[in-house]
Amino acid sequence: MTVIAVEGLEVHYKQRGRPRARFHAVDGVSFTVGEGETLGVVGESGSGKSTIGRAILGLAPVSRGHVEMPYAGRGRRARAAALQAIFQDPYSSLDAQRTIGQTLSEPLEVQRVPRAERDRRILELLERVGLPANAVERYPHEFSGGQRQRIAIARALVMDPQLVVCDEPISALDLSTQAAVLNLLQELQDEFGVAYIFVAHDLVAVRHLSDQVVVLYRGRAMEQGPAELVCETPLHPYSRALWAASPVPDPVAQRERRAGLERATAVSAAAAAPPPPDGCPFAPRCPTAADVCWSTRPSRVEAAGRALECHLFDSDSAHPDAGRGVELMGSAPGAAPAQPSAIAPRSTDGGSR
Amino acid sequence: MTSAPVPVTGQTAAAATAERMPSRSRGLFGRVLRSPGGLFGVVWLLIVAVCGFFAPWLAPLDPLQQDIANALSLPTAAHPLGTDTLGRDVLSRLMYGGSSILIGILIAIGVAVVLGLIGGVVAGYFGGVIDTAFSKVTDALLALPGIVIMLLVAAIFGTDLTPAMVALGILLSAQFFRLARIGTQQVRRELYIDASRVAGLSNVLIVARHVLPNMIRPIIVQASLTAAMVIFLQSGLAFLGLGPPPPSPQWGSLVQEASTQIYVFPWLMVPTGAVMILTALAFNLIGDTLTDSVSPLATKASSLGARVRRSRAAASPVFDDDAPLLEVEGLTIGFPRTDGDTLVVIQDVGLRVERGEVLALVGESGCGKTVTGLALAGLLPGNGRIVDGGIRYRGAEVARADESTWSRLRGSEIAFIAQEPMLALDPSFTIGSQLREPLRAVHGASASAAKARALDLLTKVGIADPVGVARKYPHQLSGGMAQRVAIAIALVGEPRLIIADEPTTALDVTIQSEVIELLREIVRDTGAALVIVTHDWGVVADVADRAIVMYAGEVVERADVDEIFPTPRHPYTAALLRSAPRVEHAGGVLPTIPGSVPPPAHWPTGCHFQNRCALATAGCVEAPIPLVQLSPSRTSRCIRIDELTRKVSA
Repeated sequence: MTVIAVEGLEVHYKQRGRPRARFHAVDGVSFTVGEGETLGVVGESGSGKSTIGRAILGLAPVSRGHVEMPYAGRGRRARAAALQAIFQDPYSSLDAQRTIGQTLSEPLEVQRVPRAERDRRILELLERVGLPANAVERYPHEFSGGQRQRIAIARALVMDPQLVVCDEPISALDLSTQAAVLNLLQELQDEFGVAYIFVAHDLVAVRHLSDQVVVLYRGRAMEQGPAELVCETPLHPYSRALWAASPVPDPVAQRERRAGLERATAVSAAAAAPPPPDGCPFAPRCPTAADVCWSTRPSRVEAAGRALECHLFDSDSAHPDAGRGVELMGSAPGAAPAQPSAIAPRSTDGGSR
Repeated sequence: MTSAPVPVTGQTAAAATAERMPSRSRGLFGRVLRSPGGLFGVVWLLIVAVCGFFAPWLAPLDPLQQDIANALSLPTAAHPLGTDTLGRDVLSRLMYGGSSILIGILIAIGVAVVLGLIGGVVAGYFGGVIDTAFSKVTDALLALPGIVIMLLVAAIFGTDLTPAMVALGILLSAQFFRLARIGTQQVRRELYIDASRVAGLSNVLIVARHVLPNMIRPIIVQASLTAAMVIFLQSGLAFLGLGPPPPSPQWGSLVQEASTQIYVFPWLMVPTGAVMILTALAFNLIGDTLTDSVSPLATKASSLGARVRRSRAAASPVFDDDAPLLEVEGLTIGFPRTDGDTLVVIQDVGLRVERGEVLALVGESGCGKTVTGLALAGLLPGNGRIVDGGIRYRGAEVARADESTWSRLRGSEIAFIAQEPMLALDPSFTIGSQLREPLRAVHGASASAAKARALDLLTKVGIADPVGVARKYPHQLSGGMAQRVAIAIALVGEPRLIIADEPTTALDVTIQSEVIELLREIVRDTGAALVIVTHDWGVVADVADRAIVMYAGEVVERADVDEIFPTPRHPYTAALLRSAPRVEHAGGVLPTIPGSVPPPAHWPTGCHFQNRCALATAGCVEAPIPLVQLSPSRTSRCIRIDELTRKVSA
């Protein structure tokens, strides 16, 4: 059962001082999420990953494309019953002046759930997310960041929705708390069959929960496919850069990854040129960029079980290594890639410390 | 729209009620009554109100009753505040006049608050065209000359002052509009507003529940301050002869009458003037009391900014370069509690940093790693102070150094990089001037030398267009770029020691890895030492040579990075390492540490980690656990290291 189908989603914003030019925060993204499934959305800030979630929630304008939830009703109240959200900042997402009980009963009041039933549901969910029953009478400031995020999770699930948009729900938490919140989300999904759209800025965080993953860069889906493929053997040069940037808690492995990282990006984000208007947005930072990458937007191709937007994987493109993407990028991202024909390897100092 | 809390049953209900916070309105009112100024204000206004509205029963005499024989008399038993030109009792006239002043204030402020609040909230919440239109109207209102408009209205409507007060309220509404609009715009950005929209609440309900409660305090403050002004405006009208005709007792006409006698009988001005001043003062005092409580952020920031005044002024530190770069022993840091005791938050921390070395301070939030980092840079917040122990920088004892010594150290020896780079940058100056200013002021560089060095520093932190970035203001930079700039500023003094508090936590992974690479380069190229505070084991593995793990204010383990990852020698280190999410754990249940870090007031007697430790025994509870030296490079604060070693190697 498809919970949500997103087709060609675009979100445009006006640019200050340039009324004609429109900034494409999300630029043609499509996916579907089934019942009890999780879609991971990964990217840097400015990639449009949060905007996708906000567009689905109705908090950002859908400029083009469709967002459909076939089994959700229409109208504000019906939509709210089917679609909920957990936000990144557990401090700002709870109203400091209202008790936890008041916060949790809000979605239920909207659905006109009777008082006794509301109280029962709230206590049940508080217990389920691991908070004491007396939390209903307390205020957000009495709880830690991890506990607040549990409260936010309880609020999102109190209506038993079909889909919850989790916008970086663990980024603001301590690492030890992150694992506990991820476990909780997983358990609740197994129990309620809720689908998640899980937005995060690195592949490790999404790997744990996700079935499918979309890697976004400047509003475009660079790589999209099953989580184990995209997170563990990323192929797109940008996904590989993202993979290599995430440090591993192991000094030996991390030294290797550092060495790989220097091959995975040509130019640092701080030094990169602005992206070309008609080409691949990652071209300025890509170690395998050729002329075509600066002039032509790559089309979407299927390779190695996933979809990619990159000239390397498109045998019809004008890239010197067109169609050799899997061969060049197929090795584990930390290892040295096979030698591309046209591009000189970037000099590195071998990761010495 | 019920907002009553959900009832809970039995024991939990009792516990919940006991912990319940005082309600918002009670807190607000209580606060006013607790301060002497606020108490005076409330009591005085009550007196004026009671005397004014119950004047027919309370006033000693009829305010219109003339007694020419006793005209212009000083206070007597019959006339406690004297009499006016026609021998009328001043006290009685003042009492009768109080009611019309208060009614005038109520009308003007009421109209202003209702119009301003509705308009401001609507404009702030919806923005766009509505906002522009409403703002233009209030701009026009603010431009109108108030007294002239009121004169006009009074001239049209005659002796009844109500229309003039309504007109005044409309004019004053512009101030309330601005206040409500700004406040709404701020609240509008909070995620809980988005959460309520996602929950399906209508805009009206969202405003009523989440926006308006935030407006109450600032609006009351503004209202009380404006009320003082209304007193004088309304009296001004009466002074000019507008409003109720002469015999009727108005404060303004009392002043007018007194002014005619000012050279003959100056006393007449005293009671009326005093009453008016006291009434205005009462409103202002109430407003002031509330202002203090309106912006908790402002008070928090100022207390953070306040520096401890250290009693013993230290002489300029004498360095000994045979000593380690930084050596900390038995460092204990406390914050004063409300009951006068000191709450110890850091206990007996020891560490050592050699030149060119990278030391990571690791732990969860609330373990004291940030406070330790701040202490090493002489930046303890608020009234935090070093209770015990020493900090030796290049052999010189600086733990109790005064602020000027610390600021000299921070200018040239020790740099601090904060988690939030924007905090280190002044929003009103360009990046270039923020780099040049310390170069010129502290290091005495010439203008051109400072400029060249600033660009050089920006290049050094990997900024491709240093000239362009130097011209920008902090808000024009992305988070990663701002952190690079903050690092450049830290490098101005060519520090030998850099303290970085979670410098990459707020950044994307790709930017994080670039910033860490930059820090590694700086250590490599300048030979500076780096103390990096982090909760991310990936960052530790990436950058550090040695790690110190802190738990609940104590150092629990100290080791080389190459040793600590494969063979942790403290149960907390082991548990924290296991809980770091990795790709390998995909799908399964991630290991976690049950429970949470105990706050300083609840540290147990024995091992601080006992409640969450799988290996805890009776011995862990009885007495404080000492640090055990395992090898020259390793220490651990655990009495069950042997079992732990076996368990990890098994």
